[in-house]
Amino acid sequence: MRYSAFGLLQEALRGNRGWAPAWRDPAPKDRYDVIIVGGGGHGLATAHYLAKNHGLTDVAVLEKGPIGLGNVGRNTTIVRANYGLPGNEPFYAHSLKLWEGLSRDLNFNVMFSQRGVLNLCHTPAQYDQFARRGNAMRLMGEDAELLDADGVKALVPGIETEDGRFPVAGGLLQRRAGTARHDAVAWGYARAASAAGVDIVQHCEVTGIVREGNRVKGVETTRGFIGCDRLGLAVAGNTSRLGDMAGLRLPIESHVLQAFVSEGLKPVLPGVVTYGIGHFYISQSDKGGLVFGGDLDGYNSYAQRGNLPLVEHVMAAGTALLPWLPRLRVLRSWGGVMDMSMDGSPIIGTTPIDNLYLNAGWCYGGFKATPASGWCFAHTIATGSPHPLNAAFRLDRTMTGHLIDEEQAGPQPNLH
Amino acid sequence: MRLPCPHCGPRSSAEFTYLGAAAPKRPVDDAPLEAWHDFVFIRDNPRGPIDELWRHRLGCGAWIVVTRDTLTHDVTGAVLASRYAKREGES
Repeated sequence: MRYSAFGLLQEALRGNRGWAPAWRDPAPKDRYDVIIVGGGGHGLATAHYLAKNHGLTDVAVLEKGPIGLGNVGRNTTIVRANYGLPGNEPFYAHSLKLWEGLSRDLNFNVMFSQRGVLNLCHTPAQYDQFARRGNAMRLMGEDAELLDADGVKALVPGIETEDGRFPVAGGLLQRRAGTARHDAVAWGYARAASAAGVDIVQHCEVTGIVREGNRVKGVETTRGFIGCDRLGLAVAGNTSRLGDMAGLRLPIESHVLQAFVSEGLKPVLPGVVTYGIGHFYISQSDKGGLVFGGDLDGYNSYAQRGNLPLVEHVMAAGTALLPWLPRLRVLRSWGGVMDMSMDGSPIIGTTPIDNLYLNAGWCYGGFKATPASGWCFAHTIATGSPHPLNAAFRLDRTMTGHLIDEEQAGPQPNLH
Repeated sequence: MRLPCPHCGPRSSAEFTYLGAAAPKRPVDDAPLEAWHDFVFIRDNPRGPIDELWRHRLGCGAWIVVTRDTLTHDVTGAVLASRYAKREGES
């Protein structure tokens, strides 16, 4: 069923009794051409682009629970392409372009709202560094605007630029960036993939990867053995566990990241604002709640919940930037498990095993990458080799020395 | 989360800084490249008990090895890093 304004009106008049489930809930077949493990944003996007771009529809997405309950439903919904390194920026620029056409492509409103992402800086040195990054972005074809303190004040009246704890020197603005409705991204991709013939198999946990020599034959699951020609892993947060099953040792640690949402209020922030002294990012949802987050808790964790010292740390950073923030009540906080790679950049590519492909290491930037990640991973699986856009995200870069260390933090995952 | 510092007793995790898993062992200087690569980049990343290095930065300053469950955050023990190294057969 195609969604349209007319259909919406029709259903409204008929008491909304005609809506069908948005995706099928099939039992798994004995074998598939391609199995994708992980029914999060990236796995579902991969299935969609396998069908749409490469005509592969004998595809299954296996998810241990219901789809969309992992990080695609736990993030702060920020979409941006403001990276400085050549390995990263063209990939995220492609992602931003896909975001711009995503609702139309999926026939599902993902509520992508290009309200801008503003990174604040607080010292002349940081301002120079932002100018450099902005120039790098523009050289790679993306939009970036350097604002001075007056420009920041005009854009975001709620920010104290002069008398705050750390006066604002300026900011780097990407106007085409913004936020999206995260659940809708999972649902939209699931619906489109399912309509194209992809089986989205929920409550089907992979418990083993069956190999024959250097090839994967299939996966053992809680719903029996399923054979496949090609296997793709898109299980950020649990990549090391799946890697263990395949006999791969990976450059990844799992860490917990918390996020928060406040009670709703009238519009105070026009877009996403990030703090340049502490690690703090905030935006206002369409419902009016402020959605914000900060650093990782900092220690290895699979718990999907964090601890209080980091809550205090995030609130302190937020209060230093927005002195009125403590007047609000926090409604909810939650945690998600991040796939932290050793250089802070993702992995999409081939592995030492012939027909096993890996999509991992998203650190805490996976949401904005969802369309391009699926697009590139589908290309990699369908053709057997990476697309130029994800060529730099190879698994063996730790060995070859081609690291993409945007934060220049070294091989210390909790610092990226 | 509280960590049982062998010197100071149970203290808030906010007093500590985190390095990471204690398992990777520094190879000898002329070890092959693969050994160095694995030491620097490859992690077991267990979902369950892990031995990991913390430093009591806002306390006694000691490096300790904490045994903690990454799924539940339960802490089951802590020893001084020097003692842990001896136990693991390092010099």
